[in-house]
Order: sequence, then C-alpha cells, then structure tokens
Amino acid sequence: MELPRHWRLRAARYRLLGARHRSTGEVVFPREPRHAADAWDDLPLSGAAELYSFSVVRQPATDDDAPPALLALVRLAEGPLITARITDCRADELTIGMPLEMVTRALRALGPDGLIVYGYAFRPLVWPA
Amino acid sequence: MNEMRPVYLLGAAVTPVAEHWERSLGDLAHEACAAALGDLPRTAVDALVVANALAPALQLQAQLGAALADACGLTGIEAWAVEAGGAAGGVALRQAALMIAAGAAELVVVLGAEKVSDVLDARREAATALSSDADWEGVHGATLTAQWAMLMRRYMHDYGVGAADFAPFPVNAHARAVANPAALYRFAVAPGRIAGAAPVADPLVLLDCATAADGAAAVVLASAALAGRFAGPPIRLAGSAVATDRLALHARRDPLWLAAAGQATALALRRAGLAIGDIGAAELTDPHGIAAALALEAGGFVARGSAVRHAADGRFGSGGVLPLANAGGYKARGDLLGATGVYQVAELAALMRTPGAPRATLAQCLGGVGATAAVTVLVRDDA
Repeated sequence: MELPRHWRLRAARYRLLGARHRSTGEVVFPREPRHAADAWDDLPLSGAAELYSFSVVRQPATDDDAPPALLALVRLAEGPLITARITDCRADELTIGMPLEMVTRALRALGPDGLIVYGYAFRPLVWPA
Repeated sequence: MNEMRPVYLLGAAVTPVAEHWERSLGDLAHEACAAALGDLPRTAVDALVVANALAPALQLQAQLGAALADACGLTGIEAWAVEAGGAAGGVALRQAALMIAAGAAELVVVLGAEKVSDVLDARREAATALSSDADWEGVHGATLTAQWAMLMRRYMHDYGVGAADFAPFPVNAHARAVANPAALYRFAVAPGRIAGAAPVADPLVLLDCATAADGAAAVVLASAALAGRFAGPPIRLAGSAVATDRLALHARRDPLWLAAAGQATALALRRAGLAIGDIGAAELTDPHGIAAALALEAGGFVARGSAVRHAADGRFGSGGVLPLANAGGYKARGDLLGATGVYQVAELAALMRTPGAPRATLAQCLGGVGATAAVTVLVRDDA
C-alpha cells in the first residue's frame, strides 16, 4: 500500500507546484524541506518547457514502461530542470532545445490495490506560437 | 590529522566475475575473504566491513555484516555493511582505513560482494534504479543506463562529438580484460563494431554498456606493525575521500559536471600528499564511455570537453599517460555494483606489483550517476 507516498506529492505531480524565493525570485521544483515558508512562496509552474536531453529506454525497470519509452531531462520555462517521460510522439521527432508542454499521464499502476499514479509528462508543443 | 597512523594493504583477492548460478553471496564472499587472508590467523582480524548494494532488494537479505562474517568463518568479530549504491566499495575501504588510522583496529577486512543473477533483467534494472531519486526520477521510469545516455546525448550536443567518438573507452577496456583471468569478457572488440551494436538506451549501444554480474573481492588493511611482516615493498592506502552531490541528476546546477567525483578526487589526493600528475594508473566508474569522460573532466585529469579527444589520442590506453580499466573496467571485467570499489583496489594493488608499474594509483567509484563518489589513492613505498 503505497497510497500516502504518492498522495502527498499530488500538488507537484498534478499542478507542477513549485516555489519562488520572495527576495531573489529563484524558482525551485519540487519544493523541498529546506525551502522554508518564511522565504519561499508556493508557485504553480506554467508547464512550458524545452528539451534538455532524452533517451529511448529499451530495457525498462517495470512493465509500466513498455519499451521503447522516451525519458527526458526537461528545462521548465521558470528555470528548474526535471526528469519526465515524453509522450504522444516518436523518438525521431525529438531534438534538443525543442519546445514542450506539460500533460498529465498515468505513470504507474501499483498492483492489486488498484492505485494508479498520475503525474506530469511532456509532449512537443501542439500549437507553437 | 597528523596523528593518524599509516594504513597498509596486506592482501587482496577477487573471485571470477560471472553468472555464478551454483554459488550464493556467502559462497562468493567466503572464497574472496579466504584467499585475501591466506595463512593469516583468523584471530588477527579485528573487523569486517561489507560493501554491497542490492542484497536487501535481490536476496531479501539485510544485516550483511553478521551474514557474511558468518559465511567467512569470522563469527564474533565487529562487522557491518556500508550502503552507498555503487560507491559502497570505496566508502567501505575508507571506513576500514579510518579504523586503523585512528588506532581502533590493527587489521580489517573489506569485503565487496554482489549477487545479481538471482533475478531476471527487469528486477535487476529496477534494483539498480534504487540509487536514483525514487519520487522524482524512478517513478518516471528512469534507469541508471538511461540517465548516462541522456548525459551522453547532451555532451554530444554541447561539444560537437558523435556517439562513435566514445568507442576508445570500451575498446581499451576489452583489450585490457584479455589478460585478466577474473574478467567477465576476456575478448577484444574492434573499434568499428561499437557504433553498429544494438541500441540499449539511445545513444548508448550494447558494446558501450557494462554488464552487471556476480562476484566478491576482499582487501586486507593493516597497521604498520602488521604490514612489516610481509615481503616486498609495502603498498599504502595513502589517501581516501567520500563526497556527495544532489541525489537527483536534474537537481544539479550543471548535470555534465560530476561535482562529487571532482571533490573526492581532489580531497583524496591532498590527503595522500600527491598531485594529479603523480597518478600513473586509475580505475573509474566506467560502465559507458560517457561516464569515464565526465569523471576524468570533473576529476581534473583533463580539461572540460576534451576527454573524448584525449581518448582518441591513446592517453588512457596501456602505455598512455593515465591507463584506465587496467583489468577491464566496468565494461569488460564486469559491473559488480557495491563490490566494484573493492575489485578496483585489488586490481590496482596487483598492477603495482608488476615490473615497471606506477608508484601511485587511484580508484574512484560512484553511486548512481555520481551522487556519492569514493576515491582511494594507493602508493607503493619503494625502498
């Protein structure tokens, strides 16, 4: 039963809730224990991002990641770099630096308890500006 | 730190690296430990420090200090296991060395043991991914191989090199493993074959990916009083260091800079009283060419962005300025996970006993993509 460990991360996983430093303006994601409330405010991030790097995972660690899965390091528009899956496209459509947008996808199905863990993934921007 | 006592390497032994279907973690540990101790009386052993990464996940076995002391016939002594992912071997060596340096022990066995062939590939990949950040990397399906692959692609983008330019690293590793009877893969690989191999995690291909396998290595460390009992110039564990970085790769300001590797290397060299140019051979965490390249750059062995060019020039091959993978490295000796750091030191000690061998060598092992780095510097005290 892994419900609590995923449930408590829901704001970051569903809404990209990060934090911004009140005086320096630095943005972090995810918010960590050291980002104390007296200096950091909650900040939902836009979901706009660009591709920092990626790989095609052909030897996955679980059956949830049917190969080939696209794994990426994604630079969020507000600054933080995060690890996420790329979805709704093929590997040969990806290039470093291309614009991405956040979508919500099922990340894991946790066995007989029936818990399905949802969270952010990214896809190439559908309607580029 | 001047009052610290010198620490000597009294003996070392490794088991062959293989898929040991008929042998358990305890069997492998016993073989390495018995061979390293030789005819030393078992009563001389003050403590056993175990290095392992995956036994709790793969064998459902923890409390490895007691478990492996038992298996090695050392029941009763002080024993415990170090947990630091793939850096466990180097961290265990440092803990054992500190016990002797501090005067808390005269003789300590460092035992690296890993048994990965008890489970199928997917569970092994999942266990290997335990070193990553479970909530922010693991849940998205990040594997260690895929993380190195993403760094490789970004490195290629930033420095304008191709995937094939990393080939000198696995080619050298395979060439050096031919002479190592304990290596997993004792065959040479032609440079032209690397790029055409099957993709594992693009741009990484099969012949640039290490294979995890079973094995155990033991190193016996002792104080000067005991070291004097053995013939030949003594080998001293002259310096060691451990450093950490952000656990998640993405949380680092510059993912292509292995800060912990750089910090631990500089600190271990300083503690040994050596400069980087004094090191005549090294072992790194080199499961892929990109891993070796980033460790070399962060460690200060070569300038940033230049490791691939130096590899092409033969700098890291046999007879080069800094020979790497002297017994095959991760790629051809095999990846022993938590035990690898102990293998590295056993291999370097054997190398240092051969004619014309360098006087000072360095072993560096990493946990995950460098969240922990452990460095050991060995010096032979020639008469």
